[in-house]
Amino acid sequence: MTAPATAAPSLASPARAAGTTRLAGGGPARRRQPRSLVEGWFRGHTALVYVFLYLPIVVVIVFSFNGTNRLVTDWQGFSIKWYQAALADRNIQQALWNSVTIAAWNAVLATTFGTMAALGLQRVAPRVRSFFDALTYVSVIIPEIVIALATLILFSNVRDVVNPVLAGLQAGAAKPVHLQLGQWSVIAAHVLFNLSLVLLLVRARLAGMDRTHVEASYDLYATPWRTFRQITFPQLLPAIVAGFLLSFTFSLDDYVITQFVSGPGSQTLPLFIFGQTRLGVTPLTNAIAALMLLFTLTVLLGGQLFLARHARRRGGGRDETMAGLIVS
Amino acid sequence: MTAAGEVATSAGRRQAERQAGRRARLLTGALLVPASFWYLVLLVLPLVIVGVYSFGVRGPDGGYQPALTFDNYAVVATRFGPFWLSLAMAAAGTALCAVLAFPLAYFIATRATRRKTLLIILLVIPFWTSFLIRTIAWVTILGPRGVAGFLSDLTGTEVQLLGTPGAILLGIVYNYLPLMIFPLYVTLERLDRTLLEASKDLGAGRWATFRQITLPIVLPGVITGSILVFIPLMGEYVIPAILGYGKVFLIGNVLQLDFLVSRNWPAGAAKAVVLIAIMLVSISFYLWFMNRGRRTRDVSVL
Repeated sequence: MTAPATAAPSLASPARAAGTTRLAGGGPARRRQPRSLVEGWFRGHTALVYVFLYLPIVVVIVFSFNGTNRLVTDWQGFSIKWYQAALADRNIQQALWNSVTIAAWNAVLATTFGTMAALGLQRVAPRVRSFFDALTYVSVIIPEIVIALATLILFSNVRDVVNPVLAGLQAGAAKPVHLQLGQWSVIAAHVLFNLSLVLLLVRARLAGMDRTHVEASYDLYATPWRTFRQITFPQLLPAIVAGFLLSFTFSLDDYVITQFVSGPGSQTLPLFIFGQTRLGVTPLTNAIAALMLLFTLTVLLGGQLFLARHARRRGGGRDETMAGLIVS
Repeated sequence: MTAAGEVATSAGRRQAERQAGRRARLLTGALLVPASFWYLVLLVLPLVIVGVYSFGVRGPDGGYQPALTFDNYAVVATRFGPFWLSLAMAAAGTALCAVLAFPLAYFIATRATRRKTLLIILLVIPFWTSFLIRTIAWVTILGPRGVAGFLSDLTGTEVQLLGTPGAILLGIVYNYLPLMIFPLYVTLERLDRTLLEASKDLGAGRWATFRQITLPIVLPGVITGSILVFIPLMGEYVIPAILGYGKVFLIGNVLQLDFLVSRNWPAGAAKAVVLIAIMLVSISFYLWFMNRGRRTRDVSVL
């Protein structure tokens, strides 16, 4: 575990300086008593962990501007040529498009189905609910790679059953259609993983919701649909948005499930990046990575701003921002 | 709906209510249909098929051929190395995460007054950015022109970091640390500070206060964090594939080889079944062990 500490001075001194200045200004309130050794250690430890967490991100961004044509660590001056190369590459464009399509479909489906299930589960007998809970936990507890291989087996079985039928139906057709792994199978497998996530987030929100508003709404003769639209949905919105964004970024970043169930023509950006690193990390990889970081951060920031505005408009004092939702 | 009996109801009203009840049930069903479909068809059914496959044999050109044999499990028993390595890595990674996360979570929860939100957001950002990219970055950092090169120059001998279990452990801790910090932070945040002061007033030292007050209170957070870290670790594939340089094999890598490279699906299915069994046993044991410790402590307090 000494590696990050030794790496810090040589590779990421800007990050370290930023980290320490950020944390060192401990505030005048604490100046009265002399800092003990333990306090200092807490401070130092915290600063080092932040350096540890940000070091790779800084390295990726810095070396993506490397003008070298050879080794990624051979610094040959600042250049944005790798960004131009990344943006002009046909394979990268295709992979990015596949990634975004899959992530968007996955996020929409998982959020819709997860929210629906969370609402439905409020209305069923406890026995049904605990059965559903068990399935939710199974889907969360089982390692991703097991889900990946199990869905691969399922899809290949489906393919083996469906394709002979399809072939029989289109006997003599000039261009017979047949089922093969592709975007649909990746989306279906991703939705399974994210559905549970959204379900858990929305249910937690439902459990903490103020029932009196709903009752008041019914007392005022609002229809169930109107009560849902005007009372329940706005209260659930932060959890739904967080679930959507989590699903989207999960899918955008996923390698394991995608590798197992993707087919020809559905290569995603993570698969492309992973394939590239087989030949060694290049500045091109770093440029793609930096662009992807930028993209995720924009999505995250957008969600954060949306939730902050939502919270302000509703006047709620609770921490409804992304960080608050994830931490709780 | 029980009020229906008390109110003098006409037959028409009763029927209207029955209709409303049926509509409500229909709506409930409709709300649950997609999730149920996904769980049954994409979770339960595939797992059942994996179980069936684990007793089969490899087809002539890969895949599966029906059979009833225990050979696949016998092979797992003779080549248990990756399982042990995964268990050891997962246990070590979880413990290291806990050790690193605790002081940090404690600092944010109790010391960082106004900067709390900023520090939390700074923790969330790496967690949200690409897992794959951040792991690949370590290849550059640990590589022969990074830390390994530096150490080689320093010691005068060839130092290799990539491809060692240490590098994988580093990647594991790096990626899963936030999952440990968040639940710890939540429990520490709720920690009642007056208890600490009371303990201090009663003459307890720092260590005694920590052991007798703080630790029992944060235990649920430690348990949650450990499970959150341990589960994905047991099936970890990406980190050993990138930082292990194909030299270190965890179960995840073996499963990937079985399924996508040698296409021996029954062998892989048997390993997957064993992996699930190991995880169920170890998590149950862990929960039992932690809760047992807590109960005896409660008794001693009483």
